[in-house]
Amino acid sequence: MPQLNQFRFWAIGLASVWLTCFVFMPNLLVVFTSFLTRDPVATVALPATAENYVRTLDVLYLQVLWDSLRMSLQAMLVCLVIGYPFAMCIAKLPKKWQPIALFLVILPFWTNSLVRVYALQFLLGNEGLFNNILVGVGLVKEPVQMLYTEFAVIVGLSYILLPFMVLPLFSAIEKLDLRLHQAAQDLGAGAWSRFWHITVPLTSPGIIAGCLMVLLPAMGMFFVSDLLGGAKNLLLGNVIKTQFLVTRDWPFGSALSVLLIVLLGFMLWLYYRAASFVNKQGGINGSDF
Amino acid sequence: MAPTSKSSRWLSWGYLLGVLVVLYLPIAVLVINSFNASKYGNHWAGFTWKWYEKLFANEGLMQAAGHSVLIAVTSATLATIIGTLAAVALHRYQFKGKAVLSSMVFVSMLTPEIVLAIALLIVFIVLGVQLGFWSLLIAHVTFCLPFVIVAVYSRLKGFDMKMLEAARDLGATEGKIFLKIILPLALPAVASGWLLSFTLSLDDVIVSAFVTGPSYEILPLKIYSMVKVGVSPEVNAISTTLLVVSLVLVIISQLLLREEK
Repeated sequence: MPQLNQFRFWAIGLASVWLTCFVFMPNLLVVFTSFLTRDPVATVALPATAENYVRTLDVLYLQVLWDSLRMSLQAMLVCLVIGYPFAMCIAKLPKKWQPIALFLVILPFWTNSLVRVYALQFLLGNEGLFNNILVGVGLVKEPVQMLYTEFAVIVGLSYILLPFMVLPLFSAIEKLDLRLHQAAQDLGAGAWSRFWHITVPLTSPGIIAGCLMVLLPAMGMFFVSDLLGGAKNLLLGNVIKTQFLVTRDWPFGSALSVLLIVLLGFMLWLYYRAASFVNKQGGINGSDF
Repeated sequence: MAPTSKSSRWLSWGYLLGVLVVLYLPIAVLVINSFNASKYGNHWAGFTWKWYEKLFANEGLMQAAGHSVLIAVTSATLATIIGTLAAVALHRYQFKGKAVLSSMVFVSMLTPEIVLAIALLIVFIVLGVQLGFWSLLIAHVTFCLPFVIVAVYSRLKGFDMKMLEAARDLGATEGKIFLKIILPLALPAVASGWLLSFTLSLDDVIVSAFVTGPSYEILPLKIYSMVKVGVSPEVNAISTTLLVVSLVLVIISQLLLREEK
């Protein structure tokens, strides 16, 4: 049956070739480049060196890395603190309302995030909506400087990435077995105790997946810090972008990206551990991410 | 979740609505300001179409918009063709490297955009692809592809496969089965994948910022360079237009997916 083989061949082949050429190979090249030396003519050249990774430990870059990680972690926490009760509230809604609520949360994700970050400027500026309200009700006398601060970057990142936190949390919470709660209640466990000892451990794969999907993109969103943070509050994405497009130090920029990939690997590992823990406890099925 | 008391139900509704209002507030302010006669948008100075008129007279922006739409249409179409075929392959066939293929899909969905961006930039330089239309096209197909595969694959999972076996027993070729049975059944998911790819492509900043060339300007990057300078009413108008286009397309795509449930 030559026909059968032909269709099969194209169906499997096209995507395989595409992903190999433009996902697999490029990622390998990033790792490869990170061990090369910067060259003024050819951009990168031999000899192979680990120098680029040593440089990430330089005080100057360590500071930027730390700032970037701190802002992203704070945004992740904000998303978690807002998103967790939000996902629980959606899970409590009647079944017919749930898809609508979820849709309303995801909808902004499909719109231009740059445009939404830009729109935040209207709220955070010295004469923006928030300051007008604060001054209007007399809470503060002078407008508070919000735009071009670390605070603004964290607000921007949380705002853009909240849907990524809510979705995995919702699918984890939705699968909770309510009988466990009832049993715990019958045994005299209070609401907090039930939350900490049942809900949180059993939804931990959702928590980790949500954190992963907020933390990693957050570190790369250079336009958020550009528009809301000013020149002082840089994200890892800004540094990588400068290395690639301005100073043209590709090996060092690649080394910084490899750090992101390592972080991704670490969080995936955490996720699988949490998911297998939950599966062993007979709670929910964590394999469907 | 557990049956809850009336007051906690009100609290939960209030919280949901509160968060949603905060999510949509900046968008609303932006849209309102695009019709605001005041240039800096700090107060309402009356309704105007002025900024939209200026926008359509701005040749640079219009050209960039044209480029963006061209890239979005071609990359969405390519991603949909390759992605739909891949979803069918992953669903129907057993083959060597199937696990590798599906993990590549998974990895490309999780990889932070900035990593994909520099990875593609490096590969384009190595392969000698000129930065501009082709590099943008390849990059956009790459980040749209997993979305199409996942959308179509999850649709296919709900099918009754016996029908396909019957068709094969009656002598239909694989290609024919695909065109006559699978494709029509999966069409809502395929269309939805195309629309989502179109909006993803139209809205992308991070990957495009790396793989674009000076000769080929696209809309999001043009907006980016304009907003870095500061608030401008034309940007409000173009941003509002972009938002409305994305919202309409996404709502259509979701309706397509829901229809058959």
